[in-house]
Amino acid sequence: MISSTPTRTEPQALSSTLSLLAYLLAGTFFGVVLVKSEAASWYRIQEMFRFQSFHMYGLIGSAVLTGMLTTWLLRRFQARSLDGQAIKVQSKDPGLPRYVLGGLTFGVGWGLAGVCPGPIFTLLGSGIWAMLIVLLFALIGTWLYGVVQDRLPH
Amino acid sequence: MIEFLSSPWPWFIAGPLIGLMVPLLLLLGNKTFGISANLRHACAILLPENAKPGFFRYDWRKEKWNLMFAGGLILGGLLAGLIFANPEPTRLSAGAIRSLQELGMGLNPGLIPSELLDLSRPVVWLILSLSGLLVGFGTRYGGGCTSGHAITGLSTLQFPSLVATVSFFAGGILSANFLLPLLLK
Repeated sequence: MISSTPTRTEPQALSSTLSLLAYLLAGTFFGVVLVKSEAASWYRIQEMFRFQSFHMYGLIGSAVLTGMLTTWLLRRFQARSLDGQAIKVQSKDPGLPRYVLGGLTFGVGWGLAGVCPGPIFTLLGSGIWAMLIVLLFALIGTWLYGVVQDRLPH
Repeated sequence: MIEFLSSPWPWFIAGPLIGLMVPLLLLLGNKTFGISANLRHACAILLPENAKPGFFRYDWRKEKWNLMFAGGLILGGLLAGLIFANPEPTRLSAGAIRSLQELGMGLNPGLIPSELLDLSRPVVWLILSLSGLLVGFGTRYGGGCTSGHAITGLSTLQFPSLVATVSFFAGGILSANFLLPLLLK
């Protein structure tokens, strides 16, 4: 009886390690795509915000269409996740000011160093150490939001 | 072979691959694709318990999957951006190349001009730190970044994400066209 406890938890621990590995691989794949698509390129972001090329618009547009079609298919066929749950997309919280003001703030930051959060990590991996400055200040900004959250309109 | 591995992909190949992240993470474990939440998790891990605002008091261990995903982003950057780095500069439009010259930025191979990484210039510190601060604050205030709102939120027809995405672009257009030229003057 005593030995039954570890044997029962072991497969579970293994599967959670395996699933973490799956997320690591998914992230690696996405990091490769961010570089290959040049979505992590400061040049492409500047070009996008100046309306000088279709590249980024085609990229984001086709990504959204693919996401739409595939999540519709998942719902249509009532797919289940690998761990057997019914697929459920989390709804965003209601509210308006937070999306306008938060979105504007993020956008201004994005247009400067040309990085949204994903590329901060990806550019670090490609050896651009100056991204550590961006990352450090992004953490400070996140902390600052946590401090003043209650005083902001949401 | 090396040329194949190191060349960039056209948008109509790479775009759908980005979109596939949404169903992939749903299928793997009902996870919502979104990267900026990792900044919150990092704060939850790093801040000392007695100085933690309520926003960071939650069980971040349940979000380990996302931290692993962010770790993967670093590995992906290492693979595609360093080991198989594209030796050619980004193929920009003629208009974008003119704008670069006006900004005093060069078009070098890699994903960012070397002028923006020159830490002997105070303005570079200003741009990088201000950018990070606004990205960190804005993504948490707005509840997500490009992956969470523009890709996931729009794909699943969520109105708040449309508002957020339009606002990102308004902010980015303002900063790329007015604020950045002003700072670099």
